[in-house]
Amino acid sequence: MNLPFEIRLEKRTEDVPRWMPALTALGGVIVAFLISAIILKITGGDPLRVGKFFWQATFGSWPTFSDTIVKATPLILVGLACSVAFKMKLWNIGAEGQFYIGAFFASLVVLVPIVPMDSPRWVILGSMIVMGIIGGALWGFIPGYLKAKFNVNEIITTLMLNYVAILWNNFWIFDKWSDAGFQMTPMFDKKAWLPRLADYARQYRAFSGITLHMGVVIGFAAAILVWSIFQRSRWGYEIKLIGDNPDAARYAGLNITRNIVLVMMFSGALAGLAGMSEISGVVHRLQERISPGYGFTGIIVAWLAKLNPFAVIFVSILFGALIVAGREIQPSGLAQLIQGIILFMVISSDVLLRYRIRLIRRKALTA
Amino acid sequence: MTRAAFVPPWFTCSQRKIFMGETPFAVEMQDIVVRFPGVLANDHVNFAVKKGEIHALLGENGAGKSTLMNVLSGLYQPTEGTIKIYGQPVRFNSPKDAIAKGIGMVHQHFMLVPTLTVTENILMGLDKPRLYMNMGRLNQEIRELQEQYGLRVDPEAMIWQLSVGEQQRVEILKTLYRGANILILDEPTAVLAPQEIDELMETMRSLVAEGKSIIFISHKLQEVRTVADRITVLRKGKVTAEGIDIGGLSRRQLAQLMVGRDVVFNVEKSECQPGDVVLQVENLQATNNKGLPALRGVSFTVRSGEILGIAGVSGNGQSELAECITGLRPATGSVRIHGKEMINASPGKIIAANVSHIPEDRTRVGSAPNLSITDNTIMKCYHEDPIGNGITINRSHARAYARRLKDAYDILAPSVHTLARKLSGGNLQKMILAREISSNPELIVAVQPTRGLDVGAIEAIQRLLLEQRQTGAAIVLISEELEELMALSDRIAVIYEGRIMGMVDPKTTDVYTIGQMMTGSRLEDIQTSTEPQNESAV
Ligand SMILES: Nc1ncnc2c1ncn2[C@@H]1O[C@H](COP(=O)(O)OP(=O)(O)OP(=O)(O)O)[C@@H](O)[C@H]1O
Ligand SMILES: [Mg+2]
Repeated sequence: MNLPFEIRLEKRTEDVPRWMPALTALGGVIVAFLISAIILKITGGDPLRVGKFFWQATFGSWPTFSDTIVKATPLILVGLACSVAFKMKLWNIGAEGQFYIGAFFASLVVLVPIVPMDSPRWVILGSMIVMGIIGGALWGFIPGYLKAKFNVNEIITTLMLNYVAILWNNFWIFDKWSDAGFQMTPMFDKKAWLPRLADYARQYRAFSGITLHMGVVIGFAAAILVWSIFQRSRWGYEIKLIGDNPDAARYAGLNITRNIVLVMMFSGALAGLAGMSEISGVVHRLQERISPGYGFTGIIVAWLAKLNPFAVIFVSILFGALIVAGREIQPSGLAQLIQGIILFMVISSDVLLRYRIRLIRRKALTA
Repeated sequence: MTRAAFVPPWFTCSQRKIFMGETPFAVEMQDIVVRFPGVLANDHVNFAVKKGEIHALLGENGAGKSTLMNVLSGLYQPTEGTIKIYGQPVRFNSPKDAIAKGIGMVHQHFMLVPTLTVTENILMGLDKPRLYMNMGRLNQEIRELQEQYGLRVDPEAMIWQLSVGEQQRVEILKTLYRGANILILDEPTAVLAPQEIDELMETMRSLVAEGKSIIFISHKLQEVRTVADRITVLRKGKVTAEGIDIGGLSRRQLAQLMVGRDVVFNVEKSECQPGDVVLQVENLQATNNKGLPALRGVSFTVRSGEILGIAGVSGNGQSELAECITGLRPATGSVRIHGKEMINASPGKIIAANVSHIPEDRTRVGSAPNLSITDNTIMKCYHEDPIGNGITINRSHARAYARRLKDAYDILAPSVHTLARKLSGGNLQKMILAREISSNPELIVAVQPTRGLDVGAIEAIQRLLLEQRQTGAAIVLISEELEELMALSDRIAVIYEGRIMGMVDPKTTDVYTIGQMMTGSRLEDIQTSTEPQNESAV
């Protein structure tokens, strides 16, 4: 090509303004949607109609927006789980398994039952939350301990434990707790359901049919907690220091092995909480495929959010919308296509943070 | 008069012509401006290097030397200014462009792959050979190149087997193989032993004899005086002396040009008043990273108010010694601090026993590059009042603390929020020193504390160490700078292959005796031998 000018990338020597990362990420998302529209056009679709439909199915009305948030809720929690581990450069890709074990442990409260079913609702829900946390933490502890003690690669162990967790769940729902031969446990008692807005439809008419449940509050609370740990706490400082330079951390007297175990447990606990919120807020029973891969999407969410807890919320909502739209739009692969393109575009938009682009007229070039 | 230069086979005709061309200048940089947030690192800098000269670039820590060289090697693009190479205006977008114009830079931190051989490292990133690597022929090519410049190192050795000095030779060979005619050496001697420094200077001389040009950054003024033809001095981003001849300039005058004031080279030291034994090391044994014995039974004691110098050629167990005392490396034997057995205690416990450690490697061990100055300075006290309070960190106290250190130790940076990796080499060292000294330690293990510091800063740091001694700290000073050891230490232990060759008093011992011990003679043997030995018998 013989353009009259040349495009050059120059390494930035100055800091980018604080708003710039958010802006380039947003730009990346917009460009991703434009590219998706072009692909749609080429394949014979009508991008405008699809776009309008997409909007209506995700953000267009209160009930659909609530659907989007409901899908975003587990993503927020697993996204946070991954962010915490990644901050210390622990590659926990086992959020999926921790999610399942969290769900399993939370179910125990109802299925064993651990607390009598005639206890007050808050006791039941409270113990489910605690059990979800314990289950996830346990599933994070195993790879954390192996890594800390024997330096076993956590990528492999967390990945393998995903399968163990899913099969473990299956064993119980196929065999022990099967509801009339179906691969699911009987429906939980209503007391074990996280409150939904729809439950208050009698008092507030507007809430009828709105599935939004308390899990989102747990998600927000977790985001605030993770943020304050990173920003304000001693532990967060240790995580950052170990993540940036483990040798320096050791030199400074930090206990690295203990932190590996603790961070993996914390990460697992958040993912386990996601499992709890999903079965108690949405599914209301333990069954097969309670997660369509939330644990893996959480990795992408954490990455796109650059491990920032509040950015995790926004990215989760966007991905929640894509999941909802994926259900509504045909072919259903479209939403996944868009997901992939977004990932590409947002990650490539990082170039703009590290380089500035300069146009140089050809004739000015002498070298 | 000049020998035929090594011209890589893939050089084009025009490249050859440029090299042979007419202007007397190899490099002309005019009005270069580079701005970092909060700093004008290069403020309209003019810098010119002639063909066939060694040009020293001097300046205080953070003066902008590395930045200017990064511009010349294509890493940064200046906001203003022009560059001419052999009279031709150029614009570099990346280091690749600069290499194509014959510019090669040896960074202070080497960029080699430890598990590959020398030849493989040299070929890395080149398009040649395209398909088949005829290792035999390539090794031969590299051997010829070595022959020519006296840069001996086995082409088939793996990088991890080489000493720092040899690794540096590989870096230089790498640039030469790429056809560099203009070499930039950023503080090359900071990591070398005296002997290696002499060899490097020999190489530098043979390179310029062929018409190549060398830009040499160093804080060691003696070296600069022996090897450089001309100097350019930067201060706070501005040129204060442009291309003046070195002839006749004394070390004192050079120092004055650099820091803009008189520098005292001989710090005054009070009489040593040793107190209680603080550190007692007995029969310490440890292995190095390769699993080979590094310490073979080292014993000594250090008292409060005393500086024990450890002299030795690098790689004789000094780094391991420091690591064993500070809990970073497993060992056998005994390390008692204030009488308490601390061998193999965790680093945290040893820090809690009020031991400071100025580590050898400031980037890999001493600091966290992507954290701020604040986060780096609180590294060892984040859990103590008032910074660590309960489970939280009091950010405003932390910032105030960092600001205090930044001012007291004259760390040059726009603010305490600046990331550690953005500090200049010397300022990073100052940050570490500030952190380690300000905790009022009872024992300081200092490894090369003044490495990479400018003359002014060295003076300040030496003062600080002596002050700590005055207030009763026990100090183990590990250094390869004999001059520094002689000036600061109350006693000097010489280490060779993991053993202490003897303990001497610097006031009554000459450098020559210490030099002999550094190469493996025991003090007893030297004292009994009557015949003075030849120095070159090493
Ligand atoms: N990437 C960067 N971002 C921001 N500031 C930087 C960066 N690199 C260097 N600086 C700043 O620019 C100034 C000049 O730094 P430079 O590394 O060129 O100093 P120097 O002369 O090489 O010092 P030294 O002798 O200590 O190595 C310093 O104040 C430094 O903090
Ligand atoms: Mg420098």
